[in-house]
Amino acid sequence: MSTSLHAVSAAPVGDFALRCSGLQRYLGQGDGRVHVLKGVSFEARRGQVYAIVGPSGCGKSTLLYLLGLLDQPDGGDIEINGQRMSNRDDFARTAARGAHIGFVFQFHFLMLEFTALENVMMPMRKLGRLTAPEMEARARMLLDAVGLGAKTHRLGTQLSGGEQQRVAVARALANQPSIILADEPTGNLDVKNSTLVFDLLTRLAKDNGQAVILVTHNPEIAQRCDVTRPMRDGLFV
Amino acid sequence: MSPNFRIAFRFLTAKKRAMLMSLSCTVLGVGLFIVTQATTSGFEEFFVKTLLGTDGAMRIEDRIQDTLRSMEVAGSPDFQIRQREGVKYIEGVEEPQVIMDTVRSFANVRGVSAVLRGNVQVSSSFKTEDAQVFGIKLEDHRFVSELERKITTPEGLGKFQESAGSALVGRVLADRLQLTVNESIVINVRGESRRYVVAAIYETGVRDIDKTRIYIDLAEARSLLRKPTGATFLQISLHDPKRARQEAAHMEEVLRHSVRPWQEREKEWLSVFRALSVSSAITVTVFTLIASLAMFNTLAMIVLEKTKDIAILRSMGYERRDITRIFLWQAAIVLAIGAIVGGIFGAAVSWGVSLVPLPINTLFKTEHFIVALSPWHFVQAITTAVVMVMIASLVPARRAARLEPGDIVRGTAQ
Repeated sequence: MSTSLHAVSAAPVGDFALRCSGLQRYLGQGDGRVHVLKGVSFEARRGQVYAIVGPSGCGKSTLLYLLGLLDQPDGGDIEINGQRMSNRDDFARTAARGAHIGFVFQFHFLMLEFTALENVMMPMRKLGRLTAPEMEARARMLLDAVGLGAKTHRLGTQLSGGEQQRVAVARALANQPSIILADEPTGNLDVKNSTLVFDLLTRLAKDNGQAVILVTHNPEIAQRCDVTRPMRDGLFV
Repeated sequence: MSPNFRIAFRFLTAKKRAMLMSLSCTVLGVGLFIVTQATTSGFEEFFVKTLLGTDGAMRIEDRIQDTLRSMEVAGSPDFQIRQREGVKYIEGVEEPQVIMDTVRSFANVRGVSAVLRGNVQVSSSFKTEDAQVFGIKLEDHRFVSELERKITTPEGLGKFQESAGSALVGRVLADRLQLTVNESIVINVRGESRRYVVAAIYETGVRDIDKTRIYIDLAEARSLLRKPTGATFLQISLHDPKRARQEAAHMEEVLRHSVRPWQEREKEWLSVFRALSVSSAITVTVFTLIASLAMFNTLAMIVLEKTKDIAILRSMGYERRDITRIFLWQAAIVLAIGAIVGGIFGAAVSWGVSLVPLPINTLFKTEHFIVALSPWHFVQAITTAVVMVMIASLVPARRAARLEPGDIVRGTAQ
């Protein structure tokens, strides 16, 4: 496998990397049980950037976690690269996450005991496609691409919020996934860093033919995406 | 280095204080287990060595005779009456020389000595005491006991060897009779008195022996006790005393005499040592239990603090079993360090304990704590720690693996 950032496109732009239909999700129990997603359907093509927007509590993040196979729907189907995943066991869903999906979370979620380089190598180590020197070379290249080539050996605690989020972007790209899911990736950053991280995410994803789905409250970010899908009360409007 | 191990190591080193607490409990558990086992088995081994050096590995005591009824059954194959065969024990060994010659043909036998025993009264110029005369042939008895090394007086066994009218007296009896070497004693049996010279004083360390036994020449004992033939028992030493049970069973079958191995002869004391060993092991296992609870606590804390990291790992493709392994690796790292340091600590403390003065002069004689370190003590200590700590670690490890990444991320994000 090449370590080039530009040699990834597994399929031509336009193919569906992800589809879901009729997704239902309830959260809570008893009287507190809430119907969060009420039959949501969605498709994401490679090379396209999608923004899911809407008020707090409308089900954006819940949808994102379902699409990322971090959670199980109560109804409906999810397909990742043509493979139906919603009815698969935990082992298959975990394997699919490792191979096809990269996550960027709002609160960076770096592993703080590890350096930036080690954080980026973490998904590669699990997938085991590359040798150790290849992993390190790819991690360095990704950190270079996000502008952190000089800070590869800094621990998570020694990086600013914007830098941590850029490391998280590099980590999401580590296994060359076909889908990048980002939950408020700029929600915790100032304007300058928000723009930086968004530009980085969309540029790298487009260069690699990856589908990027991001949840955001930021209208400026949403406007710059290829497709914006507003949500309300558990449905796209 | 596997990714799981790498993550486990970093998680653990991030919780230094809790990790050190678990580690120190593991070190104490392993170390003290080794110390207690080394000391109890040290005393046990010393006791066994003392009694082997005094009374030999085996004794042939009584002749076995089939009962008349069973002989009839054995001699009359036409009568197939099924009933339990009876045996009768005839006290003493009637033909000691024949038995001794046969016993010497056993490969494991180092030596065999005929002993004639009798109850006597012994008097010095100071007082009279009850005692037992042991008639021995010194050249035979040297091979079945450490009597020669137990002589405490500088004269050694020279005089005893030369003179049939001399005796070896135990240290306690000599003190009670206020005897020294070259003084004379009078031995009285059934109204007949004979005078002997104290050739040497011995000290086995076993008070009961040193208080009662007087060794004299076998021929002299035959004359004194009026037993011109036979022996009370034959004392046997073995090259490998641990095989005494098997050898005894074999000899009993061949010689048709009752043969008692040392394990049977001293089984009461041996069971006391065994009980002490088990009880001290149980006591110090409390440290290992504390170690396992500390490990449980440490891992449970790490699980609580690392839920986000668990979610990240799961989102990156790490499976539930990877999460379990990451936490079990943490326990394994603590155990590995604890086992090594605990082993060194146990060996060092055992050595230190062996220097502690402890005068004992009853069951055996020693001036210090006796320690016998064995690889088995290390194996037992480490196995106990591994089993307890790993069981305690399974609970938080499995709990971590059961966490749903979606729940964790949702809880943080919303």
